[in-house]
Amino acid sequence: MMGHGGLFAALPEGRREALLAIAREVKYPVGSRIFEEGGRADRFWVVNTGTVALDLHVPGRRAAVIDTVGPGELLGWSWLFPPHHWHLGAQATGEVGAWEFGADSVRALCARDPELDHALLMYVSETIGKRLRSARTRLLDLYGPAGSGQLR
Amino acid sequence: MTDPPVPYRVLDTRPETADTVTFRLAPAGRALPPFAPGQFAMLYAFGVGEAPVSVAGILPDSGLMHTVRAVGAVSRALHRLRSGDVVGVRGPFGTGWDLPLAAGDDLLVVAGGIGLAPLRPLVQAVLAAPQGYGRLNVLVGARSPDDLLYREELGGWALPYCGVTVDRAGAGWPGRVGLVTALLDQARFSPAETTAFICGPEVMIRATARELLHRGVLPQRILISLERNMHCATGHCGHCQLGPLLLCRDGPVVGYDRAEHLLTVREL
Repeated sequence: MMGHGGLFAALPEGRREALLAIAREVKYPVGSRIFEEGGRADRFWVVNTGTVALDLHVPGRRAAVIDTVGPGELLGWSWLFPPHHWHLGAQATGEVGAWEFGADSVRALCARDPELDHALLMYVSETIGKRLRSARTRLLDLYGPAGSGQLR
Repeated sequence: MTDPPVPYRVLDTRPETADTVTFRLAPAGRALPPFAPGQFAMLYAFGVGEAPVSVAGILPDSGLMHTVRAVGAVSRALHRLRSGDVVGVRGPFGTGWDLPLAAGDDLLVVAGGIGLAPLRPLVQAVLAAPQGYGRLNVLVGARSPDDLLYREELGGWALPYCGVTVDRAGAGWPGRVGLVTALLDQARFSPAETTAFICGPEVMIRATARELLHRGVLPQRILISLERNMHCATGHCGHCQLGPLLLCRDGPVVGYDRAEHLLTVREL
């Protein structure tokens, strides 16, 4: 099942426990960098508390925050696709608590369990799709002076 | 035949953002009939023209509060109003938010940009009688932190969930960045027993309504406020026609079950 219940709700029965068995609970203080753009994407997180800002380095300027990830949401999908490098940086904007998953361990688990593999892939794809739709919609600058675009 | 505008005096004005102002009006003589949340008035800036503006507040003694963004000749004239000035007001017009429909339900109030203005009196009505409803959630999307309306008031609303997200974060913004739909994961509601009230740009309304349908909210319990070119406000001129609907009379608040197919037609 996919949907809005987060990663664990998207997994088939019994797989939540299997995945949590290889997770560790982590905490990030306010302002701490969780990963950097271009760095090796060897893990991902499910945020439990707090908010993480995803940013893009702009030379000579403050990093531009282009999205945020909140409780229940997936942080990081670059671990799933080559070249396994982060496309963005991530910073805790509040005290963040999360489950952290090592990519190698998850891949090994998925290799033994095709159903988990499929559910995980579907969930990550859905997350990427949502973020793509969000980015595309925001390109319209809906709330700006020109509203939803130029008149015919 | 439409009634002539009734004079209302500006009590005070308050800048909300660089291009948006809120002002309060009181009758300068005869008062109009009471407005309901979601309805709109035709505001006449003398010597310039008339424009439809939703009520952002319903005040004692027939007073009204409006929030106006300066985007055209009339709204720019309204934006320049000062305390003591007089404007012409016609109304109330249109359908309001159907609060009785939501009795006992969890409530989702979803606003984009200046769409928060017509939702504000709805939130106030629910806060004044919370026992009649389930959990009240307010989700707000804005262009940037500087474009947020009613900033202080938002922070003061005691709600199970009140979330704000912006398209573009400025320096030091500690909150969410992204579409307003991303806030739904944090909102507290049971989809099958929820009534949603949505106002904002139409693309945002569609995105939000689709996400709510996906989560199990019934289409007839998704109420949206639509905007078209309203002129007469009495259903005669046809400028605001959307398929079979004349939005000044049959709207601006419409159930998504009636509006969904109309919002995807390229030419109506």
